[in-house]
Amino acid sequence: MRFTKDHEWIEVDGDVATIGVTAYAAEQLGDVVFVELPEVGKTVGVGDSLAVVESVKAASDVYAPVAGEVVAVNGELADEPETVNAEPEAAGWFAKLKLKDASAVNQLMDRAAYEAFLQTL
Amino acid sequence: MSQPLLETVLHEAHVAAGARMVAFAGYEMPVQYRDGVLKEHLWTRAHAGAFDVSHMGPCFLTLDERTGDGDADHRAVSALLEPLISGDIAALRPGQIRYTLLLNEDGGIIDDLMVGRPLRADRQGMLYIVVNAGTKEGDFALIERAVAGRAALARADDRALIAVQGPEAAAVVAGVFPEAADLVFMTLRRIEHAGDGCIVARSGYTGEDGYEILAPRPHALALWNELLADERVRPIGLGARDSLRLEAGLPLNGHDIDESVSPIEASLAFAVARPRLKAGGLRGAARIARELADGPARKRVGLRVLEGAPAREGAEIADASGAVVGRITSGGFSPTLGAPIAMGYAPPALAAPGTSLKVIVRGKPQAAEVTAMPFVPHRYVRAV
Repeated sequence: MRFTKDHEWIEVDGDVATIGVTAYAAEQLGDVVFVELPEVGKTVGVGDSLAVVESVKAASDVYAPVAGEVVAVNGELADEPETVNAEPEAAGWFAKLKLKDASAVNQLMDRAAYEAFLQTL
Repeated sequence: MSQPLLETVLHEAHVAAGARMVAFAGYEMPVQYRDGVLKEHLWTRAHAGAFDVSHMGPCFLTLDERTGDGDADHRAVSALLEPLISGDIAALRPGQIRYTLLLNEDGGIIDDLMVGRPLRADRQGMLYIVVNAGTKEGDFALIERAVAGRAALARADDRALIAVQGPEAAAVVAGVFPEAADLVFMTLRRIEHAGDGCIVARSGYTGEDGYEILAPRPHALALWNELLADERVRPIGLGARDSLRLEAGLPLNGHDIDESVSPIEASLAFAVARPRLKAGGLRGAARIARELADGPARKRVGLRVLEGAPAREGAEIADASGAVVGRITSGGFSPTLGAPIAMGYAPPALAAPGTSLKVIVRGKPQAAEVTAMPFVPHRYVRAV
């Protein structure tokens, strides 16, 4: 699993990456009450808005950490957005991207680097 | 904007309780505690929440020269304030509070506020006023200018203002202030507690029964801790305060109402004293009377968002054909209803409950319906 400074995680299997938000992000967001997911087939570039998570208080963007095409979304979140809080780094995933360049993922932080980054916040 | 943030007297208690502190109206305030907005909101609806609202603007307006005739002194101090506001203050009974509006010359709403008449005979000729945090400097200056030479405004915003709200608030507060049980909604009295005088008002901003307590600074932390020692009470941040007041259909100044909006447009006609409107002397009287007779150009309405994401402040409201007809002024997710709700402005022809509208969130039209407010029924205690 790799991580961004915007608190997304990404896990690559072949040329498909699963993307979600980290436990830290889920904690910061508070109770998630709605998740807006992208359409399957949408192409996103690095840093494009991939999804929107809404808490009682505010809406927050989830950005694409890498470029690719959306090949699946986590439809379960429509009925159970609280999964993002309960299992942010597993069942609370948002979308799967078919990567343009799988090696781009290696530029992102590994867990040790991300944990160190969290210490600086 | 570079000024350091002010802290309320309860600041350290919030930090110790794990609050997330944010800048709000010049103060560093708890937006939520460890429970988070959703649980804090639901706790308040089920039990009792304690809110630090010491950032607001409580003050006392007192006649320079009182005659000792309580009713005459009340009429005299009311006559000084009334030219600035929409309501009838002279008609308040001892101990009664009224929600009213501070108006500009065009009848636009500068602020919404509470004005109370003291209960005690020896305190007549004085008004207890609580204005909003974000506008308090301007409000105080405006009132001071209007009463100069005849009355004095004494700020009380160095004290603590603590709200206790929820179905168990009355039982909790009765344990600390036994006489508070005698109050009904929108009344107040001064109650001694541990040798200090507190002003206890049965009022609030959540739609629940509850109290707002003005406590002297040395006493405030002990009072806060005493309230929180009751297991029915949890501390509630500004995040849940906002979602609670939205469910209660109560406007937030600077968002749902501002200086461009009249009381009639804001669906706050109840706060306009009709005898004062007829008699003249009400700021913006011509506009307000015209809007009452002919209808306003727009009206504050409640909306249930029937699909999709919450529609938040700034989102456009469209009619069935897709034409933009208004804008959301506050909106979010209602924890009580488990669905998004909002308030905003729509033309009167589209303001009747049941009217189908659209809200446009991130470019997507979503179905919405005009709904009577409050979204969640008020539970005020009007008789004891």
